[in-house]
This record gives sequence, C-alpha cells and structure tokens, in this order.
Amino acid sequence: MFGAGGGTSSYREAEETNVIILWGSNARETHPIFFHHLLRGVRSGARLIAVDPRRTSSAEWADVWLGIDVGSDIALANAMAREIIHAGLHDKEFIARATTGYEDFARCVEAYTLERAEAETGVPAAAIKEVALDFARAERGMICWTLGITEHHNATDNVLALINLGLLTGKVGRYGCGLNPLRGQNNVQGGGDMGAIPARMPGFQDLEDPAIHDKFAKAWGGAKFPDRKGWHLSEMFQAMERGELRSAYIVGENPARSEADQTRAVRLLSGLEHLVVQDIFLTQTAELAHVVLPAAAGWAESEGTVTNSERRVQRVRRALEPPAGARDDIDIISDIAQRLGSDWGHPTAEEVWDECRSLSPMHAGMAYRRLDELGGIQWPCPDESHPGTQFLHARLWKDPVEGPRAPFFAVEHDPPVDRLSEEFPIRLTTGRRLDSFNTGVQTGEYTSPLRKREALLISPEDGARLGVEDGESVRVSSRRGSVEVSVRFEPTLRPGLAFMTLHFPDQVSTNVLTIDATDPKSGTAEFKASAIRIDKLAPVS
Amino acid sequence: MDIRTTGGPPTADEVAAVDGLLGTPDSLWEGGRRRPADDHFARGGRAVRSQRHLLLPLLHAIQDRTGWVSRGALEYACRRLSIPPAEAYGVVSFYARFALKPRGALTLRVCDDIVCKLAGADEICAAVDAERSPCLGLCDRAPAALVERSGSSYEERQIAPVTVAQAADTLRGGEWPDQTLSTPLSPTLSPGGRGGLLRRVAAYDPERLDGYRALGGFAALMRAREMGSEAVIREVTEARLLGRGGAAFPTGRKWESVAKATERPHYLVCNADESEPGTFKDRVLMEADPFAVVEGMAIAAFATGCEKGYIYIRAEYPLARARVENAVAQARGAGLLDIEIEVRRGAGAYICGEETALFNSIEGKRGEPRNKPPFPVEVGLFGKPTLVNNVETLFNVLNIVSEGGAAFASVGTKDSTGTRLFCVSGHVERPGLYEVAMGTPLRELLALAGAHDIQAVLLGGAAGSFLTPEQVDVPLSFEGTRAIGATLGSGAVIVFDETADMKQVLLRIARFFRDESCGQCVPCRVGTKRQEEILERMLVERNGDRSADVMLLSDIAQAMRDASICGLGQTAANAIASGLTQLKVLNG
Repeated sequence: MFGAGGGTSSYREAEETNVIILWGSNARETHPIFFHHLLRGVRSGARLIAVDPRRTSSAEWADVWLGIDVGSDIALANAMAREIIHAGLHDKEFIARATTGYEDFARCVEAYTLERAEAETGVPAAAIKEVALDFARAERGMICWTLGITEHHNATDNVLALINLGLLTGKVGRYGCGLNPLRGQNNVQGGGDMGAIPARMPGFQDLEDPAIHDKFAKAWGGAKFPDRKGWHLSEMFQAMERGELRSAYIVGENPARSEADQTRAVRLLSGLEHLVVQDIFLTQTAELAHVVLPAAAGWAESEGTVTNSERRVQRVRRALEPPAGARDDIDIISDIAQRLGSDWGHPTAEEVWDECRSLSPMHAGMAYRRLDELGGIQWPCPDESHPGTQFLHARLWKDPVEGPRAPFFAVEHDPPVDRLSEEFPIRLTTGRRLDSFNTGVQTGEYTSPLRKREALLISPEDGARLGVEDGESVRVSSRRGSVEVSVRFEPTLRPGLAFMTLHFPDQVSTNVLTIDATDPKSGTAEFKASAIRIDKLAPVS
Repeated sequence: MDIRTTGGPPTADEVAAVDGLLGTPDSLWEGGRRRPADDHFARGGRAVRSQRHLLLPLLHAIQDRTGWVSRGALEYACRRLSIPPAEAYGVVSFYARFALKPRGALTLRVCDDIVCKLAGADEICAAVDAERSPCLGLCDRAPAALVERSGSSYEERQIAPVTVAQAADTLRGGEWPDQTLSTPLSPTLSPGGRGGLLRRVAAYDPERLDGYRALGGFAALMRAREMGSEAVIREVTEARLLGRGGAAFPTGRKWESVAKATERPHYLVCNADESEPGTFKDRVLMEADPFAVVEGMAIAAFATGCEKGYIYIRAEYPLARARVENAVAQARGAGLLDIEIEVRRGAGAYICGEETALFNSIEGKRGEPRNKPPFPVEVGLFGKPTLVNNVETLFNVLNIVSEGGAAFASVGTKDSTGTRLFCVSGHVERPGLYEVAMGTPLRELLALAGAHDIQAVLLGGAAGSFLTPEQVDVPLSFEGTRAIGATLGSGAVIVFDETADMKQVLLRIARFFRDESCGQCVPCRVGTKRQEEILERMLVERNGDRSADVMLLSDIAQAMRDASICGLGQTAANAIASGLTQLKVLNG
C-alpha cells in the first residue's frame, strides 16, 4: 500500500480500535488467529461490520452485516464515500496535506447515489449510509479484507476502493487505524517480501529500478538476471497457451487443482516440455511432472523465517528430521545451482537470511538473535537498534508529509465477467472452511469432525424451487464445464447464491466451473463469481 | 458462531416458550422466517449477545413448558441469543434442574438430605418413582418433596411433610397439592421482643402491600431517604452488622466500597440462593414477609447508588419466588421503588450461593466461581461494582435504619451484634425458625426447640461442623463458635439424638459435596470424590486399621482448603473431619 506491500496495522491494534469493517473475509474460519485478536477488539467494545455475500460465521459476530451481491464491492465503497463527503465527515485537513487525486475521486463517487448502490449491491440504502457514517465518525477504524476482494477480475480496483475509504477518513497511519489484507498462510507475506513475485526483488524492491538491479548484480558477483518484471501466474498460463513458456519449476504450489478453469490448467501443464515440481507431497501437479523433488516441510523440518499479515518476521525451527529422501529447499536449490555451473556452497538458513538483510533495507536490523529476543520483528526494521514498525505510514501525519503523498484512485464499478443469464441464473461463489486449506494438500490427510463430503451449498428456497432434496446429487454447469455434486441446504445463503469450496478436488472439481477472467494488475482469477445452472439428474432407469 | 446442532427444528411448544419471553423473532437471522430484507442485511452482534443473561430464564421457560430441554429447543434459544450451542449445552448440563432427556409432565423430587433422611425420606424414595434431591429447605417439616407439572400452565408445589401415600397419589395424577396448605409456617420465635426480625411473620397477608404498610412497612425506606445515603451507611457501619449469609463480612464496609466505586452502573444482588443443607430462614422470610425483602433491597440500592437490583432465589422455593415477585410488582405499582428489581430463578446448583458463581448464573453462564480478587465491590455482576447481601442481612438493615446503629449494636455481644436466626431441625420437638440474641448459649436454643438425648449437633450445615453434647454451652456468636473451631455458618442447627446413624449422615454429606462441586478446580473436583470414596471405605467396609485412610483424608482436606477457588471446596471437608474426630463412628 502506497509503495509498501503489506497490511498497515498490527494485530494488537485490532484489539484497541473502535470500528472494524471485515470486507470479503470469513476470517473466523480462514484467519482464525487474526480473528481472535479481532474478537478481543469486539469484546472491548469495537463495532464489527461484515461485508460479504454470505452471512458467514464471521458475519454472525458482526453488529451489522451487509450482504452485497457478488462483485458489487466498488459500488458499495463509492457510495459510502459519497455519503461521507456529503455529510462533511471526510478528513479535509488530512486529504489536503497527505493525499493526491481527491478531486477526481470525489467527482467519480458523486455518481454513486444510495439508490444506485442499493440497486447494484442489494443492500438497503439506509444500511449503507449508517455504516458509512459510523466508520467516518469513529475515532479509530480499520478495514480488513481477504479473497472476497481480490479473487475478482478487477481485484486491484476493489482494493483501491477500500484504500480510498481509508484515505477519505484519515484512517491510516494512526494507531488503531489501517488497511489490512489478511494473508491466507503463515508466510504469504514472507513469500512476496522475499521476491517471489514478478516485479520485485527481496524487500519489495523494484526490479526495474536500475539502481536496485545494479545493487543485486554487484552483490552477486556480476551475475546476469532479468531487468524487467516477469509473468504472474495467470500470465504464465497464457504464455503456455501461446507456446512461449515451455518449462516450469513449481515449488509448493498445486496449480493443477488451484487454478480456475481446471480443465485448461491441466491441459497446459501436461503439454509442457519440462515440468519440475518440488513439494512435500505428491500433489496432482507433481503427478504431471517429469521430475519431482521431495522437499522437507517448511515448518517442523526446516530452519528459517516466516512473515505474517502484520509484517512480523518470526523464526521457524527444525524439530524433526525430514523423512528419508526429502531435503531442505535451500539444499535442493543450492545443488541445482551447482549443476547449472554456479557454486553457492551449502549455506545455512541463517547465512541466507543475513545475505537478504544485507540487501533488503527493511529487513536489515533483523538478526536471528534479535528475532529470538523480541519474539519476531515487524518490518521495516532498518538497523539493529530499531524496534520494528508497529504500523505503517505514520509519515502521512507529519507536517509536511514525509515522502510521497498517498494517492486516491477513482475506480468504477464493473460487474463480474461471468454474467448471470436465463441459462446460468445462479451465482456460485467459492471459499474456504475452517478445517481445510485450499486444495487440501496440507489438510486432506487429517480428519475433522466438521468436515463433510464436499457439496454445493444452496438456500433451502432454491432447493425447493429446483425440486431437489437436501443431499440429492445434481449436475452443476457453467459456461466452461459441468460437475456432478450433491447439494446441501444452507439457510445462511439467499436464493440465487450458491457456495462451494475447492478443498476436495478428488471429490468435486470445483475449478472446472470457475472462470479464469483475471485481473491484469494482480493476476488473480475471478474465483468468487461464476454463473451456474443446477439440473436434476435424470432418473436411473 | 456455528449456531447449529443436529437437533432438528424446535416444536411449536418450544418456540412458544422462547417467544413468550423474547417476543417473535424479527428476521431469519434471529430464528424467524426469511423475509426479503434478510437477503442483504442483518443486525446482530453486541445488541443480540447482550441478551445472553436471558439464557437461564429461556431454559426455564422451555423446561416449564415441555418438561425438558431438547436439542431443537436449545438451538432455537441459541439462535435467538446468538450463543454457540456447545456453550449453551455446557450451561444446560451444569444445572440439576434442566433435563436433557424427555420425561413425563410430572416430576416429583424427594429430599433425601440430612434432615429428611432422619425423617424417613429413603422409604419414600424406595416406594415411589421419584428423583432424589439435595436439601429443599423445608427441614422444619421433613420429609419434604417438590412436585412440578410441565405444560402451558406450569405449576410447582412444595409438599412437607410428604408421605408415601401422598407422593404416590401425586405421581398418579391425583389431587394437586394446595399451595397454602402445603406450606404452613413453621414455629417462629423471637425472644428479642417486638423489634425482632420475625415480628411481621404471620402478622399480615404476605400478598398484600397494604397489610405490610399497616405494620409500618416502607417507613424505613422513607427514613433512609431522609437521612441520605452517607448517613445510612454510617449507621450500618456503626451497627457493626456482619453478613448473615455465612461469610460474616462487615456489611458497612462492603456498602461503603460499592458507594465509592467510580465505575457505573452499580448492581445490587440479593443472594436468596439458600441451599446450605438444614437452612430455611431466608425461605421463611421471603414467604411470610416478602415486602421487607423488597424494602431492604431498596434501602441498600439507595445507600450504595445501585441502578439495578436482582434477587436470585433458588429454584426450589416457588412460593417464595411468587411472593417476592408479587411484592416487587405491588411496590413498583405503588411508586415506592426507584430502582428496577428483577427476580431471577436458580436452577438447582448449591454452588450458585457463592457470590461470583451467582453472578455467572445471572449472566447466563455455568455457575462457576470466579477468582478473587477482584472482589465484587469492584468487578461483580456484568463486570461492574456489585453489592451482594443475603436476605437476613437486609432484614437487619431495616431495623438499623429504624432504630439506629447504636441501638442495634446494644443487642448481642461486642463482636457479634444484633440477633440471629437459627433453623433448628432434626430430632427436636419443635423444629422451626428461632431468633435469639447473638451470644445466647446453644443449650438455651436447644431447650427452646425441645432437644433430648443429644448425640450430636451439626452447626452451620454441611459446610459447618459437628458438636458433641459436651460442647452445647458454646455461645452462639461468631467469636464464640470460632473459639471451639466451629462456625455459625448459615444458621443451620441440626440435632441428632442417640438413634441417629451418624455414618449415614457423614456419607450423605460427602455425597452432597461430590454432587455439588462445580468441577472447575481440581482440588475440589477430585477431592470431594476421593473424600466420598475413602469415607465409604472407612465406614462401610470393615478392614482393620484405618490410620492410613485417616491421614489420606486429612491430606485431601488440607489440599481442598488451601487450593480451592471458592468456599465450597475450602469447607467441603469440615463437617466430615469434625465428625470423624467428634463422633464415635469409627468404633464399630
């Protein structure tokens, strides 16, 4: 955000804020640790507002639930902004001093009247207004979101719409305020921070900045590496389709099951000239590979660090020897480097980390010793006397502002690509459950009393309309494919809205149905919005 | 919150029971039918969760209507209050009154506790299909029973004394016991004279405010308002009144702390969860003089700045509850109250007499005591400063306000001022409620009640201790009993003559504590169980040398005293330890 790729707040602040908007996130099930912090906030008086098409178990904790139609987030956010401006509750002084682009933004949101927002989102106008004014009036407030915001064809615009609300009300860069994407794994943040994204070097440094490129090239003995950004995941698949990407080295990812439009993903992966998969399990993707490199688990079997959603870098330690044949990722990569003619030796995790610190200013002060002593450190931490940074962008409150001002971005509502029609009248959205994770690679091995066979969740009213019983098998079709699955009645879903997870690809290939309409800026596909049809199966004769 | 069980939908009766208390639900999200507005909007959160304290009243409503708490009914209640069903199940299963399995509309519970056992309760239990119950607080007319009939017009009756024939007839659906006939007043005696705590008992119709006012009722409240709150607290302090619930804490000091607490609101709780075996004083006061309870609460609230008052009456006292509810309504209707008083019904848990367990119970939780400090005067009900007083304590306050603290302190001893109510039961000619000046020798009290051939006296109930005939000259004061290692406790005085089987009495006490331990802390949960097992081994099985068991019991007792969270565990070994040393139970 504003040049830093991480949530602005610390967990502690969620406990001491006044209003929390949980937007497109069922954090109770998908981010249970963060949700505990959030609940402490709720118990000490914070108002919780949930924005979600489903009334999830998180939303049950909320004082107000806004059950928007899938993909109408920008309409809602813009209308809230308009209400705040009309009520004169925007932070005029902060806007003037610390932001740019307000005039354009204000002009843009002026078109989002409550009536229009109600029509686009389904949420009653009065509720939109109430939530907008509550948020604006609160001394402290934060917005937290997850994949409900980002798994859309216009993911980046969705995020910008939420950032606009934070800027408009001066709710960023202060204690208890902030804009926070919650990360789905213990180290999603760390993966990006270490440069495992197309445009960045470790420490979120711009690969295309010649000074940055030179710094790394020099540190690595003049090694040659690209000076422009690479492809993100969806672009890689497009490149496979064009025949430009012919070999892939996949570490700890299961795209054969996690990609939208799965039939296409498997076809493209299968067509690669050379596919290497490095993973702790023989995943469905690994089964397609020419070479599989068994790896040690990132936790319990490896040394290193992880970085959580509050930018806190923490140590992980080896407690177990990995099973025979499985090797540490660093070992594997070092060996491959050697085979490719580059002798990196066999550095320890700490040696790798110290090299990273020497090149990434925001990690510079995080020696292993200090990570141990302080129980982890939040970046940026520029030197070994620095305590770490509890929340980002305090600079915006300096007068004059330190560094660049934060920009408003006027963004427009753009409904899901996969339109509802007479043929495909039901909106399918996907998500996760508490006891399972993504495609189930890490969780499928364990039993859970909550876990039932995967099913298409629909409202009892839709079930009655379709003439199907709870538990009955049906055919579910989208414009891309169809699967057979049993339905389960879920009273928290409204008529016209269906839900499935992608946890059990062996039972139901949910991603056969989903659309790979992808946000060009983030590379995320619109998993959250498919148009489907539900048909009764022909009776067995 | 996963408000979902596999219990299926609630029945129409169950919905009616819940909606009768909460009104019909506004939306799908509160358990109603889907309305179009529910598709895109819901209100919930704190507004709904703040109703959590209504969980026990809801459970009572369900049980009263249907005789038990089904999973479907529980789920509906949870939906209405936004409580996870697993947690609510923990509450339902905590309280003895709530049944988790279906049963007939009629439930008869026969008291088989210490006094009723002496009066033949076991024979009744053997003859009819009744549930056994710990002390029902009707020891003055033992043996006692409580019968309930669930349905849309729920009814419950105390029956005492109960006979085998009457119990069998009631269970067969015979004539429903008459409320007034089944609760005659026990003998009461106030040698203290006209100013005594019991002076209005049987002197007016306890269901009529005008009767109470004709006897000078509510004059003390008016006087308190004239004096001002600080002066009232000064008089109570000067009276050196000590709490009558059992812990004997200086009332004035408690009042002052609450009055000075800056946090708001302040709550008043009248502890009427009188469950100590052998104790029935508060029941008699509430049944016979309910307006005085209300007046006492009004004065306490006025003096300490309480915005809201609760009186928590044990489930086994239906008549007392009805009369106090009526008294509150009449006093409110006459414009005499300036605070809201809410009557709360216990659900069959001895532990809820412990003040912090009682708070949890009012809040709709399992009645598990909290750690202290913080003390209730700072962090009590709903986390706010709370004044907790026993019923008898508040009766004393009425007299203090009327007569002044000095006059009150002129009765009794230097350290134990005023009079004290004693519940005398067991082997005496005239069981009942007696008021004597503090410091009166136990021997005099026993003579008043007509005790002969005394083998032992249990003073203070199950949490008290046994006295031998040689010890009955002990003065009935806090310091007098303390000097011989005993306690006045709740004022229970149970007399055993030479015919009593003291082994059975000790075993019953051990069973009582094992049943009533809330299970929260290990010393008490495990200790009360082990205590019962060892005692059984020592008293029932005969296997020679028991010195090892005696030592083990004493170790367990010490662990419970040292490490239990609350008074239940801390006193659970007292009566048994004193019984083993004072009585001749091991010589046979």
